[in-house]
Amino acid sequence: MAPALIELKDTVKWLGPNKVLDGVNLRIYRGQITSIIGQSGVGKSVLLKHIIGLLEPDSGQVLFEGKALAAMKKIERKALKRKFSYVFQDTALFDFLTVFENVALPLTENSVCSETEVNQRVRGKLHQLDLHKIDNQYPSQLSGGMKKRVALARALVTDPEIVLFDEPTTGLDPIRKTAVHSMISDYQKRLGFTSIIVSHEIPDVFFISQRVAMIDGGRIRFEGTPEEIQQSADPVVRSFIQGLESPHDELTGIASQSLGQKRLAREMFRLQRHARPFSIVLLSVENLEDVDRIAGHVASQTALKNFATFVKNNTYLTDTCFRYDMNKLMVVLPDTDADQADMFCKKLSRNLNTDAIFDPSEDRKGLCFALSAGIAQAQEDSRIDAMLSGVEKRQNIFYECRI
Amino acid sequence: MELFVAFKSPLISLGRYTIDTVKDMGRIALFFAKGFVLIFPRPVQFNKILQQIYFIGMKSIFVVCLTGAFTGMVLGLQGYYLLVKYGSTGVLGSAVALSLIREMGPVLTAVMVIARGGSAMAAEIGIMRISEQIDALETMDIDPLRFLVSPRIAAALISFPLLTALFDVVGILGGYLTGSVLLGVNPELYFSRVESSVALMDVAGGFIKSIVFAVIVVSICCFQGYFTHTRTEFGAKGVSMSTTSAVVLSCVMILVADYVLTSFLL
Repeated sequence: MAPALIELKDTVKWLGPNKVLDGVNLRIYRGQITSIIGQSGVGKSVLLKHIIGLLEPDSGQVLFEGKALAAMKKIERKALKRKFSYVFQDTALFDFLTVFENVALPLTENSVCSETEVNQRVRGKLHQLDLHKIDNQYPSQLSGGMKKRVALARALVTDPEIVLFDEPTTGLDPIRKTAVHSMISDYQKRLGFTSIIVSHEIPDVFFISQRVAMIDGGRIRFEGTPEEIQQSADPVVRSFIQGLESPHDELTGIASQSLGQKRLAREMFRLQRHARPFSIVLLSVENLEDVDRIAGHVASQTALKNFATFVKNNTYLTDTCFRYDMNKLMVVLPDTDADQADMFCKKLSRNLNTDAIFDPSEDRKGLCFALSAGIAQAQEDSRIDAMLSGVEKRQNIFYECRI
Repeated sequence: MELFVAFKSPLISLGRYTIDTVKDMGRIALFFAKGFVLIFPRPVQFNKILQQIYFIGMKSIFVVCLTGAFTGMVLGLQGYYLLVKYGSTGVLGSAVALSLIREMGPVLTAVMVIARGGSAMAAEIGIMRISEQIDALETMDIDPLRFLVSPRIAAALISFPLLTALFDVVGILGGYLTGSVLLGVNPELYFSRVESSVALMDVAGGFIKSIVFAVIVVSICCFQGYFTHTRTEFGAKGVSMSTTSAVVLSCVMILVADYVLTSFLL
């Protein structure tokens, strides 16, 4: 594996009489999204503040590209700081500045570009986050969700290399929550920044993260991929994840990923025991990122929600529809072979229309909606993970509309 | 032995308190020095300095005029009844002008600005500290001292002498109102005494005092707000304690500094 971009070695931090970090060892890799999860008050935010240098460890080291932050010269630390952005848990917006001035502040104060460019970059960012109508308002006039988005805009306006998010979605409604996640993931793919997210949003953060670390008792209890943490046998990790997971996906209202996986396992058992066939259909929205770019992340997540509702309305009670990934839904069709599953897709394609996906009252010009489907009929000797990876490879576009 | 312990404990506390106080003074001095130096690097923050001059200076004009007028009027009144006993009401102009320019002007202006602007400075910076706005500045590579404290230092250094001058002028007019208009001292005599008795050194001394008071007020008030998070009280309570400390400490330090400066300037 590539060398770590940021590494914490045996980091210990006391805050008053409490030992908040008790020998934390963590590696953050370049170009990846790493989520830090853990119960409230276990030191996730403190950990994040050590990475950006707002707090110094009492013992241990924080290394950036192998070099200790404490050993860096002032000028090196200054240069390093410019690579970082930080989204605070309570937004930390300047209450005496308007939304526009808040977002423009990192650019104007550091004189990194001309006034015209500042104007252009800030307006662009406000538009992307659907904040352009409130640019003259003060933070105290905004709702909690709007403040979060302003804080995000301020963090991303400098095009940073590393972005640290301290609970970026707390207090947001489900659509905006997933819009923020999709935006983080989208920006990360486009700009390739490294990101660390402190979050409680399980399993949503698993969809967008490449690595997950769980902190417990001042130490890193688990570090690995989202798949690995979901299969972890550690009872503390399991109880934490299961405690936070809801049986229903918050955005779409359909079954959650874990519930879907359980249903898949049950159908496989029925097939092997009673020879009852079943098929799975993987539906992917192929161009959600284009919708993001044209109409914003909120519109794209609303479209995904509408699509999930549409699919759910077109299934039978015995079918299970669940969120498989950021932009993917899976339908488990019991007592159905591949031909019948194909007919199910055709029925979806026939019934689907743009009004079901996009809000007719909004300006939808230039929007496009493309769906692909992969179908697989389970065999008695097939393994679930092999079947899932197979169905992902066999996807074909089966519905496309342009407005 | 018990007697020794009983005596030792307050002595230890006193020693610790003295060391802490001296340490704090040193920290405040360094805090001011850093903030002062950061006024000058380009681009100079003219807009922020102007905003602070408006807040500290412009918005204090009314209260300074009001205090100045009544202080001058009281001086005129008291001075007249004292001088009339010795038949020397003619020197009322000198008495009023010198007391105002040398002492009352700088001290009372500073006290008024502490009450109006100093407490607001401590509270504003304190709230920014507890709501992580100062941390946010650091993460954006913006020096919080330059952004928050330097414009306030520059504005205080400009505003204090001007407000003091205003206080002196309004005070002298107040003395004229009671002394001449109400109690009948010859107005020409009043103003000629003012002119003849006030030397340039008196005016310069008053200005030196006002500049030193500006340094004391802005350093203490900004310092108390900036380090709110290091107090034993947290959140809103911490900010309120910082504001109280800022006001009390600045007022006390103004009076102490006034004595020291007067002893040097006389």
